[in-house]
Amino acid sequence: MDLQILVGIFPQVLLDGVSLGFMYALIALGYTMVYGVLEFINFAHSEIFIAGAFVGVEILLGLKSAGVLEHLPWVVLLLLVLLAAMLVSGLLAVLIERVAYRPLRAAPRLIPLISAIGVSFFLQDLIRLFESIWRNAFNLVYPTIDPLTVRFEITSTIDVPLKTLVVIVAALVMLFALQFIVKRTKLGKAIRAVAEDQPTASLMGVNVNRIISITFLIGGAMGGAAGVLFGVQYGLINPYTGFIPGLKAFTAAVLGGIGNIPGAMVGGLVLGVLEAFAASYLSLLTGGAFGAEYKDIFAFSILIVILIFRPRGLLGEIVRERT
Amino acid sequence: MLELRDLHVYYGEIHALKGVSLSVSGGEIVALLGPNGAGKSTTVKTVSGLHAPRSGTIQLEGESLVGLPAHEIVNRGVAHVPEGRHIFNRLSVFENLEMGAYRRSDARIPDDLDRVFSLFPRLKERRAQVAGTLSGGEQQMLAIGRALMATPRVLLLDEPSMGLAPVLVEQIFETIADINRHGTTILLVEQNAAVALEVAHRGYVLETGSIVLAGTASDLIQNVDVRRAYLGE
Ligand SMILES: Nc1ncnc2c1ncn2[C@@H]1O[C@H](COP(=O)(O)OP(=O)(O)O)[C@@H](O)[C@H]1O
Ligand SMILES: [Mg+2]
Repeated sequence: MDLQILVGIFPQVLLDGVSLGFMYALIALGYTMVYGVLEFINFAHSEIFIAGAFVGVEILLGLKSAGVLEHLPWVVLLLLVLLAAMLVSGLLAVLIERVAYRPLRAAPRLIPLISAIGVSFFLQDLIRLFESIWRNAFNLVYPTIDPLTVRFEITSTIDVPLKTLVVIVAALVMLFALQFIVKRTKLGKAIRAVAEDQPTASLMGVNVNRIISITFLIGGAMGGAAGVLFGVQYGLINPYTGFIPGLKAFTAAVLGGIGNIPGAMVGGLVLGVLEAFAASYLSLLTGGAFGAEYKDIFAFSILIVILIFRPRGLLGEIVRERT
Repeated sequence: MLELRDLHVYYGEIHALKGVSLSVSGGEIVALLGPNGAGKSTTVKTVSGLHAPRSGTIQLEGESLVGLPAHEIVNRGVAHVPEGRHIFNRLSVFENLEMGAYRRSDARIPDDLDRVFSLFPRLKERRAQVAGTLSGGEQQMLAIGRALMATPRVLLLDEPSMGLAPVLVEQIFETIADINRHGTTILLVEQNAAVALEVAHRGYVLETGSIVLAGTASDLIQNVDVRRAYLGE
């Protein structure tokens, strides 16, 4: 085993893990915000995420066939696609809550969960139906935005494509913006109040249903943005692509402490980095006995161990409550 | 000012209020007394919009409150300090008070904040603290202060003495009388009739969803039934 190789690829692997982790973090926010407010796991969030990826690919493909893709600056392109995906995914999340969850709010916990799983299947097949009619395609490939593939050489063995940096920066900006909204604005205070005690929040004059809709809007928008970044980074999407990243992001949210926004970021990063290291190092360290395909087993084993020792998640808080 | 007429409220099959009528005039403190499970909380929750009555009317200065969502009723000038306080544990003391002024955007908010801090200096000391870490008495102060931040015309207080040491109860009720002297009309729900009737002008006694007795505070104190049932004599 060559120590030099192990050390040499370390920064590259770390960078891959971090960018993957930020992607998980962005998706995890959707789970964690909704859970924070309703104590409900929105299983349809993986499809809200992938819907954003589809909005992005459709716009880019449209621009490409109109012949303008190459002529627009990449920043403009990316912002346009991100905003459109955030809008569509955000509104989709609001609509789902309105139609599939709100009527069930008084029902036992399990019932809206089943409804969410139903919505998830429904959306997968709706996207599939749409794409098969509209493009007669199942898999779609993000058109390359050439400037984003430019690689920055850090050392002779490490280089990063611009798109990876874009993913990291975009995710950081959104995470901090969200944290600011929740901690520092009146809207954020209302969200936290509703999360804690809905009837009492309404006694303060908070329109609880509106705050819940806004929570879905924000979580959905973050998911949509993650969808675009996923497409830009990995290229290939299909209607079922959302499932696995969704599940992992949910895990990241639990790992970080579900309901906790910085927790989603930490959980996402830990999971992303673990996964990247497992993918690159498992086979090197075991002399090829375990290949990269075991990365999930390795990453999730570590997660289980962490959760055994910290069942509330890494940043899950214990609030002392007196009555 | 506040007028409830023939209010019927159900929880599913349970008939919790069986035609409750009561009124609170401007400037009064009216006590709503009665044993556990009588329907006192249900009455104030129905006024503030947390429950919908099946029939009956609720009017605030002649305007009906029935059918309005809770978040609109605050706007009409009714603030509700719920039983068990229900402060926002994970928000700071200061943020809890800000939540009380949620529907306001006027320039008098800092003045009202000062007033709450002068009523409850403890809250000022602990303004940056997470509210869940306050003691029971401080939490009750916060719940009342938070409601005052809405500058209500009518304040609904649900069992402010619950779970507090006698000294604290005394202190809280002095403050309640003080708030009333500054012009706020109060409907005071209490199981602790003795303390409530000390500050109240009038009172009603509720039993299993019906008003069984009404009168001035001094009448009620004199009333043998009340003495026997609620003053432990
Ligand atoms: N959420 C609820 N669901 C069902 N029954 C309730 C509920 N809240 C109160 N009740 C019932 O309504 C009656 C009145 O309760 P409540 O208004 O809380 O009484 P009080 O405040 O006088 O102690 C009681 O019999 C109680 O069991
Ligand atoms: Mg009660």
